[in-house]
Amino acid sequence: MGSITLNKVSKSFGEAKVIPSIDLEIVDGEFVVFVGPSGCGKSTLLRLIAGLEDVSGGKIMIDGKDVTDNAPAQRGLAMVFQSYALYPHMSVRNNIAFPLKMAKVDKAAIDQKVTDAARVLNLTDYLERRPSQLSGGQRQRVAIGRAIVREPSAFLFDEPLSNLDAALRGTMRLEITQLHHQLKTTMVYVTHDQVEAMTMADKIVVLNRGNIEQVGSPLDLYSRPRNIFVAGFIGSPKMNLIEDDYARSKGAKTVGIRPEHFTLSRDSGLWSGTVKVAEHLGSDTFLHLDVDGIGHINARCDGEFGARHGDRIFLTPNETKLHRFNEQGLAI
Amino acid sequence: MARVVTRQHKVIATIAAWLVAFLIFFPILYTIITSLKTEPEAIAGFSLIPSGTFENYITVQTRNDYIRPFMNSVILAVGSTILALIIAIPAAWAMAFSPTKRTKDVLMWMLSTKMMPAVAVLVPIYLMFRDFGLLDTHIGLTVMLTLINLPIVVWMLYTYFREIPGEILEAARMDGAGLWQEIVYVLTPMAVPGIASTLLLNIILAWNESFWTIRLTTTTAAPLTAFIASFSSPQGLFWAKLSAASTMAIAPILILGWFSQKQLVRGLTFGAVK
Repeated sequence: MGSITLNKVSKSFGEAKVIPSIDLEIVDGEFVVFVGPSGCGKSTLLRLIAGLEDVSGGKIMIDGKDVTDNAPAQRGLAMVFQSYALYPHMSVRNNIAFPLKMAKVDKAAIDQKVTDAARVLNLTDYLERRPSQLSGGQRQRVAIGRAIVREPSAFLFDEPLSNLDAALRGTMRLEITQLHHQLKTTMVYVTHDQVEAMTMADKIVVLNRGNIEQVGSPLDLYSRPRNIFVAGFIGSPKMNLIEDDYARSKGAKTVGIRPEHFTLSRDSGLWSGTVKVAEHLGSDTFLHLDVDGIGHINARCDGEFGARHGDRIFLTPNETKLHRFNEQGLAI
Repeated sequence: MARVVTRQHKVIATIAAWLVAFLIFFPILYTIITSLKTEPEAIAGFSLIPSGTFENYITVQTRNDYIRPFMNSVILAVGSTILALIIAIPAAWAMAFSPTKRTKDVLMWMLSTKMMPAVAVLVPIYLMFRDFGLLDTHIGLTVMLTLINLPIVVWMLYTYFREIPGEILEAARMDGAGLWQEIVYVLTPMAVPGIASTLLLNIILAWNESFWTIRLTTTTAAPLTAFIASFSSPQGLFWAKLSAASTMAIAPILILGWFSQKQLVRGLTFGAVK
């Protein structure tokens, strides 16, 4: 079991109110991702759940039990840190065994659990090494191993992949997702990388200035953003946000168009523009355009679109895919 | 061209460094040389060539027992260092990982006590020692040496502890370690280099401390500093014997310092140079 409930949780550091008041329900077995820009309070929220920070107000319940005043170790959670936070003076084996030793588990059981975790994480050959002798990916696996052996009711991940290079990040992303399928334990994952959020999450929580902007499945957030912030934050390249005449003609203050929702042509279209930068990825082409009377527009099309810097091209937004926002920035 | 200038600078800097090092070391060298002279040679004037006699060492040992003050120095230096570490490790932990708005002020205040002239508190401390029966006792002097070196020990450990990432201690907390388990199993092993150099420095400071050791002891707890001072007698100064006694007093710490110099330099520059 690993359901987590936040009830009007708030956090202040002195005068600064980092989290005004948050209500959130995390269902047992769910993979929940907290995402948001730097300083939005996502890591603080995770640390509040972990018990590494004390709440200023509200309640935290784990499996229906109020744990607000419990010490971190008493909450039955395990955490994987951004810096891995391995014990540098201990071997991989002792790092993984540490939480079990603290729980006074008998030696035979510890050995068994460490061996099992090492097998799952492909660390069997490295058990006698020190963390400094491992690569970044291996270190992160040790950190995960240390979390797994405790058999926690939920895993907390604080930007665990941000110290890895792009290729390794992709591999580890996959490994963590597979681990979730295997263990079926609740995972709460903090990241500022929306690719991680979109690919790993069952449920995404978008945070901004300590408030929840929207909670939903990745595709729900992508297709039906509740407001301009979520619309602009979820999706890469970013959604184009257009104001003025075109927005007014659609009965909105702002209109949002995803980069892939344009039809591009060399001959005709609703708008015309000049290509500023063309990024050819093979599978996709990203065009950064200066559109006459509109301004900067990002457009994306499948496969190769043979445009170069300075070319004039035409584009037509797909009207059925428009997102409309009112004066308050809320979706209409 | 730039490379040539750099090399010239390097040579000049190296020579200057050796010169400064020699200047600093010279008093110790001259003490050793003087200890190998006869008394008339020693007062005859400046000379770097001794007659090479070991008589002073034999006289010093027969007139005043060397072993007893040596053992006292060991007891006081080691005892006060262990006591200081027992107090300073939790104090530095609290300041490094659980700082308050006033932590820096407390550290500065502690360090400021080192700037006060010791003689200013000589009378009250002497009277307290007398009233509590601590004069010329190991326990009294151990406490005294602990207290005077404690600010430096706390400061050094604090600097060390601050270099340890807080996330590692948080990980230990998540793993179920209590406060003492966190200090014993995680913090202390990680800070071993820092603790070791703090320990070495404190032993050296305590070994060399002379103001309080001379004033608060007579015979029972008198360490080597008091042993040296005893050679300055009303009958006059015996330079050669005084030098022999000084050499015997500084030799153990000189040897300790030589073997641990790498550790000491690392400890003293920690936090300042990354």
